[in-house]
Amino acid sequence: MNNPYIVLPVIFQLFTSVLLMFFWYRVNAQRLITIICSIISVGIAIWLFKEVYQNGILTMQAGEWQAPFGITFVADLFSTTMVLLTAISGMAVGIFSTGSIRNARLKFGYFPILNFLLMGLHGAFLTGDIFNLYVWFEIIIIASFVLITIGGEKAQIEGAIKYVTMNLLASAIFLTAIAILYGLAGSLNMADLSIQVAEIENRGLVNVVAILFLVGFGIKSAIFPLYFWLPASYHTPPPAISAVFGGLLTKVGVYALLRIFTLIFIPDEFLGNLLVVLACMTILSGGLGAILQVNMRKIFSYLIVCHIGFMLAGLGIYTELAIMGAIFYLIHDIIVKTNLFLASGLIFKLKGTLNIEKLGGIYKKYPKFSLLIAIPLFSLAGIPPLSGFWAKVFLIEGGYKANEWMLIGFIILGSFLTLWVIAKLWAEVFWKDAVALPKKINVKYFHELKPFKRWAMVIPIILLAVTSLYIGLAAEHIILLSKQIAAELMNPSAYLDAVLGAKTETP
Amino acid sequence: MELILVVIIGLLYASGIYMMLRRSMVKLIIGLILLGNGANMLIFLLGRIVKGKPPIIDSTAKMLTEIYADPVPQALILTAIVISFGLQSFAIILVKRAYKITQTDDLDELNTTDEIYE
Amino acid sequence: MKTIIFKTASTYLLPLLVLFSVFILLRGHYLPGGGFVGGLIASIAFVIHSFANGLEQTKNLIKFHPGFLMPVGLCIALISGAAPLFIEQSFMTGLWFENPIPVIGMVGSALFFDAGVYLVVIGVTLTIIFTISETL
Repeated sequence: MNNPYIVLPVIFQLFTSVLLMFFWYRVNAQRLITIICSIISVGIAIWLFKEVYQNGILTMQAGEWQAPFGITFVADLFSTTMVLLTAISGMAVGIFSTGSIRNARLKFGYFPILNFLLMGLHGAFLTGDIFNLYVWFEIIIIASFVLITIGGEKAQIEGAIKYVTMNLLASAIFLTAIAILYGLAGSLNMADLSIQVAEIENRGLVNVVAILFLVGFGIKSAIFPLYFWLPASYHTPPPAISAVFGGLLTKVGVYALLRIFTLIFIPDEFLGNLLVVLACMTILSGGLGAILQVNMRKIFSYLIVCHIGFMLAGLGIYTELAIMGAIFYLIHDIIVKTNLFLASGLIFKLKGTLNIEKLGGIYKKYPKFSLLIAIPLFSLAGIPPLSGFWAKVFLIEGGYKANEWMLIGFIILGSFLTLWVIAKLWAEVFWKDAVALPKKINVKYFHELKPFKRWAMVIPIILLAVTSLYIGLAAEHIILLSKQIAAELMNPSAYLDAVLGAKTETP
Repeated sequence: MELILVVIIGLLYASGIYMMLRRSMVKLIIGLILLGNGANMLIFLLGRIVKGKPPIIDSTAKMLTEIYADPVPQALILTAIVISFGLQSFAIILVKRAYKITQTDDLDELNTTDEIYE
Repeated sequence: MKTIIFKTASTYLLPLLVLFSVFILLRGHYLPGGGFVGGLIASIAFVIHSFANGLEQTKNLIKFHPGFLMPVGLCIALISGAAPLFIEQSFMTGLWFENPIPVIGMVGSALFFDAGVYLVVIGVTLTIIFTISETL
């Protein structure tokens, strides 16, 4: 069905960004606009989700150029769910930033660029054109480059060099893949490609393109041999920025992998096995890396890598049940990872350090905060009935039905490693007796902040914790949703009809 | 024509990756630029080269009757060039800042963020 | 490069190049040209001026920070792109005025979009080049 308003999330983010640019130096006005506009954008995302949930897949042909010739925007259940999650975490990070980011950084255009990044994310989720996906990816990375370097501390610049290099390399590989794909199939529309690629006789070259896409998106989503840039850079910017990066940026890569490998390249046996092996190694390396680290944000960075493995596992097994588990995990992971990075920002403001060996005694001094932060922590470890548990149940069930015993072993191992790390974190940071820390001059502590800023830092964490509680306790809603998404992904005929059939509907 | 382009693309990719693997930050940027140019040339080549037949419809005709050059790769390359222009200028400024702050051009020296105890 | 020839030439080149960039911008829909190329030519005009007369002179000439052109241009492009949404048409659909305007020709939302791109390109290019040359 044609609906010109499905690009509204993208346009509204751009509008917010432009509006904020006019208030470049007026920091308080920017704060106010960010809070209001991020709430409105969640409203728009909910509207879009409701519309798609009731009416099925919606499409829009930009400039009325019909598919497969023009750029198509497609809102199916998967992309609208991602848009909704992006809007929710975007709102949380936006509100958190009003409290935690220093004015000096805000005057370099922090808020306009944050909204620009969110626009890129919305666009990447909604587009139905592979080159347009490339363009949205570039918008995302250029905004993230600015965010990661804003402030210009030494660690930030060093992390940024690694981050920028790997992302530029990933873009070049992605572009190469698009070039060969266009040469093979002569189309850029993803629905059209789905039909065209199946008919290509030169299967060898098709597999090469598939591997190129896997490498390109693999760098962006930090899968096994390509993840080293992530733990080296994600802990360097301010916590609010890490939260966007950790919660959303790697997940765009996962989204693209799920989309490309269910729609365009259906994995054959080799590719399926490759994905399974990569998933196992990603889980193992991320989990083992997390055990070793002492910086809280680095621990979370390694856990991102570990949990990307779970989502990749779902894709590797490639049954409806496993994909459903991967989708459930994706939904849970976005909310929880964003929340954990925000929580680490809060802990930094409380104590002035993130080294878990120096931290301690938070439970004794701040029992309410500790219980609040416990929700995302234990959700991540997958303690029932919190959200991470259900996703793993379906992944393991999917692996069991497909006889992927090695993968099941690694998923369970990965869960244990996560649990170990979380237990260690809880014992070191919250239960251990407090160590006297020297007061840092350049850190503004939590109790020195104005009440508005304090609430601005706590409310988003509460909001996301409630959301993750909802995902865990009302799991049947999310199960129903991810079941529908998995069914849509595995049978793309509805997607193809919606995009290509739209030709006949409109005059 | 195709053969020359194939050789050039191969050289651009090879030299780009070679430069990226050096230890100097400046060479890293040069490598990325070469790689990007190689990718653009690849789009140009794989869009099928048709000489002297621009896809412009004559004012008397309604549609193209003969073989014509595919305009899509050109649009893609233009977009990619514009994007890489922005990214590369950002990368150059970043390298300059990094040199100012760390006082080194050697990528192996940039390892403090990988240390467990910073 | 403060030679007298270059300096004298740049004062004439600046208005000529800016006019030429506007010409390129206006002919851009069906003929080669458009906002991006036009914007680049206009920014080259200012860059030549800054080479000949120094960065400070050019900044005084422009009066405001070139970065300000970015939100203005984005705003124009956004409005012209989103305008079709108000009449239930897709984003970026070309809307055209019925009658051509003398000299300029047919005017439609595409022209305003291009004008927005033109301003954004000038803003971005000048900001980048000024930043690089300031820190040298």
